[in-house]
Amino acid sequence: MAETDTKALKAKEKREVSAPAESTRPGPTFTPAVDIFETDREITLVADIPGVKADNLHIDVRDNVLTLVGEVEAPEGQDEVDVLREYDTGKYLREFKLSEMIDQSKIEAELKEGVLRLTLPKVEAVSPRKVKVKVE
Amino acid sequence: MILRRLPNRPRWDWRDPFEELERMRRHMDRLFEGLSGRLLSEPTAGVFPLVNVTEGSDNYYVRAELPGVKSGDMDISVTGTSLSISGERKIPPEDEKANYHRREREAGKFSRMINLPGQIDTSKVEAHCTDGVLTVVLPKSEAAKPKQITIKTS
Repeated sequence: MAETDTKALKAKEKREVSAPAESTRPGPTFTPAVDIFETDREITLVADIPGVKADNLHIDVRDNVLTLVGEVEAPEGQDEVDVLREYDTGKYLREFKLSEMIDQSKIEAELKEGVLRLTLPKVEAVSPRKVKVKVE
Repeated sequence: MILRRLPNRPRWDWRDPFEELERMRRHMDRLFEGLSGRLLSEPTAGVFPLVNVTEGSDNYYVRAELPGVKSGDMDISVTGTSLSISGERKIPPEDEKANYHRREREAGKFSRMINLPGQIDTSKVEAHCTDGVLTVVLPKSEAAKPKQITIKTS
């Protein structure tokens, strides 16, 4: 089979989780797919959360745990009847443990086209420093 | 022929030998439905993107979750009874010095054709993509809209 430049995307079921605490609103909770990568100065987290508006996105940092919650409103109108339903809509939830090297006051978030980009800058003094040893 | 029902044995109806199998199949379906917690209507086509099709009184609505796909990278076309969605999801490359801890998102091309239950008016189809969700509104053709018929009493 010939190699093509871009392969075709395969459908993946949304990963449903049972939320740790019972949520006030009924509905399934999903784990969004994320990419996490690190450079010298920061750690970046990119998550696919389609259907979440900026107002419904809650990012919480507490006790070195970063919690992402994105509420999704069901887009169907009242008079609509299901003909084919291949995916469910529900809120997105994911938690991450942050190491102490993140400067929690400088975290930035950007939401565009259903993709969340979180930038977590590292604390300035994390760069390795050589310690001079005094010899008597 | 007299069918005698033995105690503790299922009744064997000679007219429909498959009834038992059918009942078992439905039971298994319900079991799996309970496990996955979602509607088990038709088996999914397994093609990206997964879509939901709903029907209102005047329109059909087709929705798909396409995060990170720009309108320019998407192609939507309609015929009388089917809708075709194709395009490419691109993930822009990051800094080459970046060190990946996790890589769960995927990029690639997609193409899907969806059959609609009735005729649509192709000239009035609208589509918009907000927050990564594509919604296509397909108005039903006049002939396909339900019409009330008054019953004349004499």
